[in-house]
Amino acid sequence: MKKCGRCSKPAVLHITELRQGEVQALHLCESCAKEYLSQSPEEQESVPAGASADAEPDLDEIDHQDCPNCGISFKEFRAGGRLGCPHDYTVFEDELLPLLENIHGETEHCGKVPKRAPDSSHRQFKLIKLRTDLRAAVEDERYEEAARIRDEIQAITTNDPVGEPREV
Amino acid sequence: MDLESLTRTSGEWLRATGPESDIVMSSRIRLARNLAQYPFPARADDATRAEIEELLHGLIEQRPGGKRFNYIPVSTLEPLDRQMLVERQLISREHSETQGRRGVGISDEENVSLMVNEEDHLRMQVLHSGFALDECWAEIDRIDDAIEAEVTYAFSERLGYLTACPTNCGTGIRVSVLLHLPALVATKEIQKVFQALQKIGLAVRGLYGEGSQAMGDFYQISNQMTLGKSEVQLIKTIQDVVPNILGYERRVRTALVKENRQGLHDQVSRAYGILQNAQTISSEETMHLLSSVRMGINIGLIDDLQIPLVNELFVHTQPAHLQKIRHAKLESAERNIARAAYIRQRLAERHVDRN
Repeated sequence: MKKCGRCSKPAVLHITELRQGEVQALHLCESCAKEYLSQSPEEQESVPAGASADAEPDLDEIDHQDCPNCGISFKEFRAGGRLGCPHDYTVFEDELLPLLENIHGETEHCGKVPKRAPDSSHRQFKLIKLRTDLRAAVEDERYEEAARIRDEIQAITTNDPVGEPREV
Repeated sequence: MDLESLTRTSGEWLRATGPESDIVMSSRIRLARNLAQYPFPARADDATRAEIEELLHGLIEQRPGGKRFNYIPVSTLEPLDRQMLVERQLISREHSETQGRRGVGISDEENVSLMVNEEDHLRMQVLHSGFALDECWAEIDRIDDAIEAEVTYAFSERLGYLTACPTNCGTGIRVSVLLHLPALVATKEIQKVFQALQKIGLAVRGLYGEGSQAMGDFYQISNQMTLGKSEVQLIKTIQDVVPNILGYERRVRTALVKENRQGLHDQVSRAYGILQNAQTISSEETMHLLSSVRMGINIGLIDDLQIPLVNELFVHTQPAHLQKIRHAKLESAERNIARAAYIRQRLAERHVDRN
């Protein structure tokens, strides 16, 4: 039996990955597979992606890391100069901060703040993902799932606390 | 809003009613805002873009900041109509040329425009005649507050308002003034101004913003950095530097008059004469001559023409306006004939009005 590529447990999940014409085989134990799959929820729906088990994270990997909400990669951003969604500022924070420093000479906002308290980024960006999922579910006629997603969106949008006005 | 009627009117910001409007054509502030729950427009599919437009259109109809807006679905317009809105500075070139569902809310006086699905979900701009940045800020801040009460903007504690392009994040503000600097251009002193502005992080662009050529000696000065300084600080940077440029331009004008009053008088009078009599004229020559005439009025060498009409001619002699006025698609050569006829007519009317 093959060993897991990330630890020494027996591998139970075997993934063959096709990425830009390159074929990579990935063998993972149950817990590593779970972790791996939860890292890229967008991609597990179609072609599983990820690095080969023993590869060190490198620049190439950053280029291929996709935003789970809008699907843009840093490479795509660099080519087009425009981000895909607000969540990209979190996903690509490490790459964007030096860029922002370059452009603005600063990396801390100073100025107007929405009176409505900024929500935790998680809540804001979860909506992007849920709406995409909802559309996919409706398109595939998975109505039960669509109804569940709609309820979830409703729960988030109605629990929309209007925060205390802040000092600018 | 009837687009046809726009050819008979002009925006309030062209009427030269604001402070220092002999040199400061207009002051402008725009804010970039995005809704937290959607991808940025370029990354949004058709259904999402439609949803964003519907949502923001609804809010624009509710008179944010107490202002009434006419909503124009830009994506349904003919290219010529879109071009006309660009020439009037009501939408950006990018907004005109991009694809997909988009629109703009325009106030009756044409001094506020709210672009939906530009590069960001919402681009708001306020334009005022003359040097009036405080008024622009008060107005746009009020409208922004009103819209923000109804939606959740994409905002991060650290990086401020999040925008499709990282060059706009933070305050999302672009503060600009459009200056008419013919004397500094004529004496090539303008280069010194450019260098000084670049040193303090300000950008200099032409009449129609990013990537456009400086036409008619008009230069737009704006902030480049949007993150790390407050809106008020960024506005103040421009407010502090503009009086120096105005003083410089005025000093050079005075020196030009002193050195060679007759030569200058001849130059502006010839420019005026060509505009009153030409049978065919390019856009470039028109801008150049109008610039001379505009300066001539301001230094008292032409006394039978008003600045607002000259300002209006800068806009109405542009290609899309001319074609709308003539109700016909015109090739470049035909436009030059139409342009000359239009200028002759407007300048002649002016004299009839006075008599």
